[in-house]
Amino acid sequence: MPSGALTGLKVLDFTHYVSGPYCAKLLADYGADVIKVEPPAGDGARRIGPFPDDVSHPEKSGLFLHLNTNKRGVVIDLKQPDAAGIVERLTSWADIVIESYRPGVADRLGVGYDRLSSLNPALIYTSISNFGQTGPYRDYRGSEVVFYGMGGEMHSTGLADREPLKLGGNVGLYQAGAVAAVATMGAALAGSFAPEAGDAPGQHIDVSILETQLGSVDRRQSALLAHQYTGKISQRPPSASSGGYPNAVYPTADGYLQINGSRMYWPRAVAMLGNTPELTAERWREPSAQGDVAMQEEFEGEHLLPWMLERTRAEAWQAAQGSRVLSGPINTMADLDVDPSFNARGVFAEGVHPIAGSLRYPGRPFIMNESPWQFRRTAPLLGQHTAEVLLELGYDDVEISALADSGAVSLLQAAEG
Amino acid sequence: MGRLPLEGLRVLEITVVWAGPYCGSFLADLGAEVIRVESTKTFVPLTRGASPRLTQAQIENLPLYSGGTPGHVPGERPFNRSPMFNSHARNKRSMTVNLLEPGGREIFDRLVSISDVLVENNPTETMEKLGVSYESLKAVKDDIIMLRMPAYGSDGPYRDYRAHGVHIEGVVGHTMLRGYEDTDPSYNTTVLMSDAAAGAQGAFAVLAALHHRKRTGQGQLVELGQAENVFPFLGEYYMDYLMNGRTHGPTGNRHPRALQNCYPCAPEGDNEDRWVAITVYDNEQWQALCETIGAPDLAADAELADAAARHARQAEIDPRIAAWTRAQSTADAMDTLQQAGVPAGAVMNQEDAFADPHVESRQFFQEAYQEDCGTHLYPGPLYKMSATPLSIRRGPVMFGQDNGYVYRELLGYTAAEYAAFEAAGHIGTDYAEGI
Repeated sequence: MPSGALTGLKVLDFTHYVSGPYCAKLLADYGADVIKVEPPAGDGARRIGPFPDDVSHPEKSGLFLHLNTNKRGVVIDLKQPDAAGIVERLTSWADIVIESYRPGVADRLGVGYDRLSSLNPALIYTSISNFGQTGPYRDYRGSEVVFYGMGGEMHSTGLADREPLKLGGNVGLYQAGAVAAVATMGAALAGSFAPEAGDAPGQHIDVSILETQLGSVDRRQSALLAHQYTGKISQRPPSASSGGYPNAVYPTADGYLQINGSRMYWPRAVAMLGNTPELTAERWREPSAQGDVAMQEEFEGEHLLPWMLERTRAEAWQAAQGSRVLSGPINTMADLDVDPSFNARGVFAEGVHPIAGSLRYPGRPFIMNESPWQFRRTAPLLGQHTAEVLLELGYDDVEISALADSGAVSLLQAAEG
Repeated sequence: MGRLPLEGLRVLEITVVWAGPYCGSFLADLGAEVIRVESTKTFVPLTRGASPRLTQAQIENLPLYSGGTPGHVPGERPFNRSPMFNSHARNKRSMTVNLLEPGGREIFDRLVSISDVLVENNPTETMEKLGVSYESLKAVKDDIIMLRMPAYGSDGPYRDYRAHGVHIEGVVGHTMLRGYEDTDPSYNTTVLMSDAAAGAQGAFAVLAALHHRKRTGQGQLVELGQAENVFPFLGEYYMDYLMNGRTHGPTGNRHPRALQNCYPCAPEGDNEDRWVAITVYDNEQWQALCETIGAPDLAADAELADAAARHARQAEIDPRIAAWTRAQSTADAMDTLQQAGVPAGAVMNQEDAFADPHVESRQFFQEAYQEDCGTHLYPGPLYKMSATPLSIRRGPVMFGQDNGYVYRELLGYTAAEYAAFEAAGHIGTDYAEGI
């Protein structure tokens, strides 16, 4: 079997919840050896669902299972004095550390950048935090809506006469994790392309979730620049289909389809509707037509909606694509689960977890032909690899028992295994 | 100045709209020499703006993020002035060549032979028409890395389907999750987070492929279908469907378990569009919130010491929070709540973001100059590196700005050859007549 692209990279993962674990997951999924260090209570994501039948269980959280594939897991109580020696050996082993504690906490736990880089000067150490390691909001609390409200284009998302709207789910937290993975790999590859540059220097990378939103191409980067260029502020539109048509979500016989056949794409929309004489008429191509509300109402009411409503979502999508109209159906996860393209192209991956059982997972985000994504292992049970990793670090069975007795580490409970 | 991490790496971009150029911007920020391969005969809408010869009327009719050129006027070369393009075009170079015209392919191949990576995000059939495939690149440069970013994939039933990010988000299930609680998806306005996901993970994919090349000497083809790429961002929703057969609809600004919403704040000047986002996860935060907003009755309500109960009774709690926030500025509401330990954030429009003391202290915005735009503050690199600090080293690249560098210095063409390519229309700093 071919090896993963990041084979040979050794990563110590002190992260929890979403952003940090997703960053480390990307590295693990593409071949890095990632050791996730959890406190005795486990990553907090273990207590967040979804759970099968909504019954909470630390080994059955869908969120945790998804975010921690291909990692090994150890439990170390960093507050115990005997943990320090283990951290030293892990740090010497690692190329990369990723942590997502609140600023200052890693130092207090003895896993801050200063200490670990003194043990291993070549270490790439990535910190992912709400607002960064410096600045007046350093210690502020965050949440998905707080980050999007402050950092993203939330103020111009939604409708003018209502409140601003966040994005769905936790997508901003995932985005921060993906950006952190770019930063981490950029640092790890430093010096690889300039022969005289030497080895990658050890360094501390400071990822602020807020800044990953301020620099997001979900309109924010360009909206910020447009403000610099014009002094103007973006506003929420009065309706979802304002500013050119057809460019919105429309109902079909059995669901919704989003299409964009507005402005420069107008000829495609007309083609989709059969190039009827009513729509090929000159007046629709006047420069003012796309901003004319009455014409929009006429177009949507008399031409587009009747066409949409006599087709299923699938039929309308296919017909739209036949005229190269930018389009896509509004799917639920039930639709996506049976999506012909996702299934044909192998987007899903089966995993068998010792406690959660057999499940389909979101698989590879992208295909690497020579160094493929591989599902080598499901998420670790709490403490599953503590003994295995300690043995690799040179501890013997007696020492491992003593560390467990002292409370510095937790081994997998037999009942859970 | 220290060396940048990707110094010495050369990346070619045949990228359009947002996902591909954004991917390139991560690599350019890290110090790679990223060269946009553009054409005087092709204008892909929404790349360097909505159209090459924007009129004043068009600009005013476009959303600000697209139409907001300097001074809100088109200028002589609007394609060098688009905020959509210029926000991610820093630190890059641009050359022009018409691939399908005589001589074009040879120029391109010569460039490929001295490059490490090619990134593209066109419809699959467009690349076929251009004759650019992994095989054709590999024939010229054996260890080339090619990142393709089609909407869905180079095979499968949606191979040639056209989409922007907003359509991809519908397909992958994101659109269904966002929107007001009481409206259907037809009320949703455009968001483009799948472009952000594709840009970041595309850059990660290139770096992973470079790691593999460093270890094995082998290049490769990487294919990132943009819908597939963003699907993991919704993983917990897919797991909920698998585990419980549950699908989710729009939830507005609410949280699945915690008390959370977006609340109105006091007008500032004549601006009434002022809001603060608040999340209360645990009892400590709940008590702090009740104290801050002056609601001892809520604090004393034993049932509300439970997150699920607070979530269930949010309709009753929200007006109490709003009564307090309506008397605060957005910054005061945020700071007061944060100092009490409650997650809260001012909903910041662009002006707020540029004026924010934290953003300022982190020097996120950096000044850059470009001939057709002048000097402005730009959103800078997305993270801080202690040993190899990143910056905007060069303003947003103008169309064909680096033809001299690429043709003469990199490719070694003579002055006479350069002039001939210019006469043939390969080389230019403006689009051809009629484009």
